Amino acid sequence: MAGKTLYDKLWESHLVHEEADGTCLIYIDRHLIHEVTSPQAFEGMRLAGRTPWRSASIVANPDHNTPTRDWDKGIEEPIARLQVETLDANIKEFGALVYFPFKHQNQGIIHVIGPEQGTTLPGMTVVCGDSHTSTHGAFGALAHGIGTSEVEHVLASQTLIAKKSKRMQVRVEGQLSQGVTAKDVALAVIGKIGTAGGTGYAIEFAGAVIRSLSMEGRMTVCNLAIEAGARAGLIAADATTTDYLKGRSFAPKGANWDLAVAYWNTLHSDLDAVFDTVVEIDGSGIAPQVTWGTSPEQVLPVTARVPNPANEVDSVKRASLERALLYMGLSPDMPIEQIKIDKVFIGSCTNSRIEDLRAAAKVIRGRQKASNVNQVLVVPGSGMVKRQAEQEGLDQIFIAAGFEWREPGCSMCLAMNADRLPAGERCASTSNRNFEGRQGPGGRTHLVSPEMAAAAAIAGHFVDIRTQL
Amino acid sequence: MKAFKQLNGLVCPLDRANVDTDAIIPKQFLKSIQRSGFGPYLFDELRYTNYGEPGMDCSTRPLNPDFVLNQPRYKGAQILLARDNFGCGSSREHAPWAIEDYGLQVIIAPSFADIFFGNCYKNGILPLVASVEIVDRLFRECAATEGYRLNVELETQTVTTPSGFSFEFDITPHRKHCLLHGLDEIGLTLQHADAIKNFEIKHLAAQPWLVFDTETTTT
Repeated sequence: MAGKTLYDKLWESHLVHEEADGTCLIYIDRHLIHEVTSPQAFEGMRLAGRTPWRSASIVANPDHNTPTRDWDKGIEEPIARLQVETLDANIKEFGALVYFPFKHQNQGIIHVIGPEQGTTLPGMTVVCGDSHTSTHGAFGALAHGIGTSEVEHVLASQTLIAKKSKRMQVRVEGQLSQGVTAKDVALAVIGKIGTAGGTGYAIEFAGAVIRSLSMEGRMTVCNLAIEAGARAGLIAADATTTDYLKGRSFAPKGANWDLAVAYWNTLHSDLDAVFDTVVEIDGSGIAPQVTWGTSPEQVLPVTARVPNPANEVDSVKRASLERALLYMGLSPDMPIEQIKIDKVFIGSCTNSRIEDLRAAAKVIRGRQKASNVNQVLVVPGSGMVKRQAEQEGLDQIFIAAGFEWREPGCSMCLAMNADRLPAGERCASTSNRNFEGRQGPGGRTHLVSPEMAAAAAIAGHFVDIRTQL
Repeated sequence: MKAFKQLNGLVCPLDRANVDTDAIIPKQFLKSIQRSGFGPYLFDELRYTNYGEPGMDCSTRPLNPDFVLNQPRYKGAQILLARDNFGCGSSREHAPWAIEDYGLQVIIAPSFADIFFGNCYKNGILPLVASVEIVDRLFRECAATEGYRLNVELETQTVTTPSGFSFEFDITPHRKHCLLHGLDEIGLTLQHADAIKNFEIKHLAAQPWLVFDTETTTT
């Protein structure tokens, strides 16, 4: 009999019930909640007279609507304020293990605070009404986004109705060049398999390059699994994982720690495990990536040229290329390094952790943003990240370069708060989606790593970071 | 949830691949704490030429005449014909809420994004996967025939075109049962409450670190 994949182990260890057609009930260990996708779920609970099954599974905080400056003024927009206050009231009524209200010193992006508090652990099932829940798979947890009806379902029953996904392994072997990051690896994977390449799969990332990544880097890779269509991304737990977790507020302590680590050490795919699909990528060949279009799969090495739709034979794909170029205001065959930018956004659940900020600061230390760049936002992922960065003096490096150092939150990744990309402006962004209108109606987003975003802020256009090191 | 059994509905073709949930319902409308009222803002940035805000009266907003939902021949459509990877991106259930509130009950595409696909079933919408060849054929027939309608039968899992051509589609028995009867899944799941409780006791005993000393406290 073939061995088991990590995904198989996580699935089987949470299986409560299975119907004849393969529809399963799986037990949920950790329920992350933010203000946008939860109010209707709590309301549904109230209307049905239900109480939460296990409120101690809940880790919650507002992040999408919260402003990133002038916190003393509160949330100015009434409906955004109401949504955040509704979360306050719902947590007060239903309970939670951890709740950081707006302006709490540890508040931040839910996918940043979960891991840094030690509330995301290997072997867990983790859900959230948010597609980037795949981030937590970096810990060897089964983590994925759910809809609001499912948020209510988990609140009421601590389970999710699910069918087992297919298993894909993405192996990234070799060694990354200097200046090439986890973000570039993830974008290169999406470029190779497409935004629907992972649909129906849980993707396990493996290989020498993945093993060499820090937890921050692994979170960036798993975060972007959803942009390849996979609800869940996974990386086996190892010493990097346990080193990161040790001593964190909600990580196991004492004898429980030893018990936990012994269990976590079993959370990897067996050598003879069989995957439905295996994708192999040579990490040594990955260049810094830049998206040029309006889907994350429309991505190329920084040294490439914008595609020419005339070369595409498939008519649906050609129409999509033409539409993307028109929206992005780019001409075919234009070198990516000649694309000038107006704004830079360094932040989001993809790239707002301390390592991301250190990397960006290192690139710009002692330099100034280009005169054609009208704004550079640096938005830390959490209060903890912000304090750490300030202790290291990173904020001063950013401010000296003409960047804006903001309060934590989702910010201009999706522009639900006041941080928006105006129509026609072009942004180098460390976030996860370059969809039309994502950062603001008519805004043009190019996804890049923190290093590439920082270098673009200084040059005023994209540059190959490898030439700057 | 409303039950879905059968529909003979007007078809509207949306000829774009990778339609994301940001396009289906833009972020500014996600600030609502309600589950209803999203229909007027469905595809807001494609449908109107001005910037939409929550609570806006859409009856007086300038329409984009090129957007397919605004074309008179597709007024009252109940079936959306779409391309690959429909509903990709954000997990926002506001997308199926907007689709349902607008009056669309069936979406036919060669493939759907996973989270959106699941969210549809929770809201009485049938996301129906058909082969690329069939979807191409439906797009062609729809373009050629004003008032093009399809008949969708969930019980027999068949779709029939006006010319009598029909094809079958897959759906899991669980989802079919819930849709046909408009069932509340939470109620169904809680019939297994004892099994869940028993599982939980064993699970937490085997992994005691999952129980927190601070359980029930709020930081």
